[in-house]
Amino acid sequence: MSIDLINLTNVIISGVLTGLVYGLMALGLSVIFGVARVVNFAHGEIMTIAMYAAVAAFAVLHLDPFVALLPIAASFFVFGYFLQATVIDRFISRPQHSQFILLLALAVIIANGLLIIFGADARHVQLDYLLDSIEVGSLLVDRGKLYAALVACGASASLFAFFYCTRTGTAIRACADNRAGAKVVGLNMKRLYSIAFGIGSSSAATAGCMMILLVDLTPGAGPSYTLLAFVIVIVGGLGSMSGALTGGVLIGVSEAVAGLFITPSAKSMASFALLIVALIFRPRGLVVRRA
Amino acid sequence: MNRRQFIRSILCSAGSAFAPFHIVRAQSRKLRIGVLLPKSGLQGLIGQSCQKGADLAPAVIRDLLGVEVELLSADTETNVDTARTRAERLIQEGAHCLVGAFDSGAAASIAQVAEQRRVPFVINIAAAPQITEQGYRFVFRNFPVASELVTNGLALTQDLFRATGTAPRTAVFMHVNDTFGQANARAISAVLPQLNLSFKLLDTISYDPAANDLSVEVAKAKTPKADFLLLVSRLNDAIVLRREIVKQRWNIMGIISPGSPGMYENQFYQTLGKLSEHCISNVPWYDPKAPLSKTVEAAFKKLNPKDHLRFHALNVGYTFESILIAADAYKRARSTDARMLTEAIRQTEIKTRMMIGGPIKFNAKGQVEGNLSACIQNQGQKPVVVLPATAAEAKPVFPWHDYKKA
Repeated sequence: MSIDLINLTNVIISGVLTGLVYGLMALGLSVIFGVARVVNFAHGEIMTIAMYAAVAAFAVLHLDPFVALLPIAASFFVFGYFLQATVIDRFISRPQHSQFILLLALAVIIANGLLIIFGADARHVQLDYLLDSIEVGSLLVDRGKLYAALVACGASASLFAFFYCTRTGTAIRACADNRAGAKVVGLNMKRLYSIAFGIGSSSAATAGCMMILLVDLTPGAGPSYTLLAFVIVIVGGLGSMSGALTGGVLIGVSEAVAGLFITPSAKSMASFALLIVALIFRPRGLVVRRA
Repeated sequence: MNRRQFIRSILCSAGSAFAPFHIVRAQSRKLRIGVLLPKSGLQGLIGQSCQKGADLAPAVIRDLLGVEVELLSADTETNVDTARTRAERLIQEGAHCLVGAFDSGAAASIAQVAEQRRVPFVINIAAAPQITEQGYRFVFRNFPVASELVTNGLALTQDLFRATGTAPRTAVFMHVNDTFGQANARAISAVLPQLNLSFKLLDTISYDPAANDLSVEVAKAKTPKADFLLLVSRLNDAIVLRREIVKQRWNIMGIISPGSPGMYENQFYQTLGKLSEHCISNVPWYDPKAPLSKTVEAAFKKLNPKDHLRFHALNVGYTFESILIAADAYKRARSTDARMLTEAIRQTEIKTRMMIGGPIKFNAKGQVEGNLSACIQNQGQKPVVVLPATAAEAKPVFPWHDYKKA
């Protein structure tokens, strides 16, 4: 079966748009690890809570997820900040397997809590524009994906601006680059770790508000997003923000193109194949963060 | 008490302690049926729909047969391994018979447990043919196998084209890649050449039923520019697919399922609204005019005052009938002994039923033959029988009016 060029272009565009949202999700994970050296195994679950928050805001208050985005993201910043400050901070100096178990336990609690509260039924946000596509010549661009991708780009740009143009952002980067040096100059490491975790959670929440426009939601969705986020940051480069975005787009496109050329039911195989290739040829990731 | 009396009393106590329990214990007056359904996970909504059939069964069967039935429910969580462990647990808890499991994969694993533990298992809904091809002695199925489902479904498709005066020449076939979907795909490949239908398949695309995004699949399906979509789906993926068809402006005459769940389920209408209109499912269905159907409908209304049986007809009907089979066998066997119950099930002949088709009578493989399908079309956001003409409630609409509008 021949694949026409228009179809291929449509699929690639769809992959890029979805990949940008994936990238924003992975960006949060990358920030948390890059600064606090915590591998957040509950990252997908945190994003899932945000997705449910967006669904609830739509169902009860009739708020479009684009409108609900800011309060949800702000709430999750506070949530992430206090989670780090009160719980995770105690495990910073402990062995990594302790952090792993803690966050895995948190993930299980979140998933089951969502199941109890919301039930197992798939949830979604029903908006008219989500069924629409924009015609650009012979190409069709999914309107919902386009808007979600634009927000993901905006959020990522804001994060970059924060980290490179503000004193707090510069301090956080200093923490990530050189802990000892950061301590020596008197930076409040605990506070900066908490801010980083808050930013990471907020980033996941923003991605969640956008993801709910693209997919239906069930309580068990978290682990697949956590796994996807890990694949993206490993391919893109652990601790690298631009790497997370690059990895996200690469994974989004590879899944889409593999589904078109191989078989749609084996789409996820492409992202894991890419992971293996990256680990063999570029173990530090596509974008290596300078020390 | 002297020494002889003391020894005598000890011996009597020991004697009653070691006496065969089946002589000492009174016969159970209730038939305990373990009901295994996917009440959470991917197929949770359909499993919950089936559960409504189970819930109304004890009261209806008490009135019909004068038999007391106690249900032990378990959630298979749409997981094959969980289905197996739950089946084991129900048997340990005293289930005399198992019923379930809506899913072919789960049914296959429960069948193994039932065979190992020698407990009869009546399948309510599962189409994979291999389940009753293993030579199992304790497994029974009152549901058409994939080949029968597909043959009936494709024949109805041809009837649909005749009834609407249309002549589509090509189709794209999309199917879920689980046990059920693959069984259907194999059946379609085998049956299609024999039926001499007016259309041919241009492409076959399988997809993951758990996939959240089917944009690539639909993009691939659009490529050959087929007249209509032949679809074997589950519920959530059917919803995602329908939306994607609108987004990608895929101009087809309609969607026809030769025999799969999804498009006639309540959640499909609730989620998609007007987008659900005119989707067609050729599936086994209930006869709304049958006396048993009216009895079940009244019982359904009592337990679910805000719901309608027609949204759950297939799920409720087959689940109820599977419990009816077990209860009918129990009445004839007058025992909950596994072998006697199994033999009684094997001799079942129930002529008064609610689903369209012949009597419930098992062949040598434990399979009921003669379950028929009806052409069900979504009209007015509810499932309506449009074929066969003798049972039709409305005229079929094909091609659908406008696929773009919600």
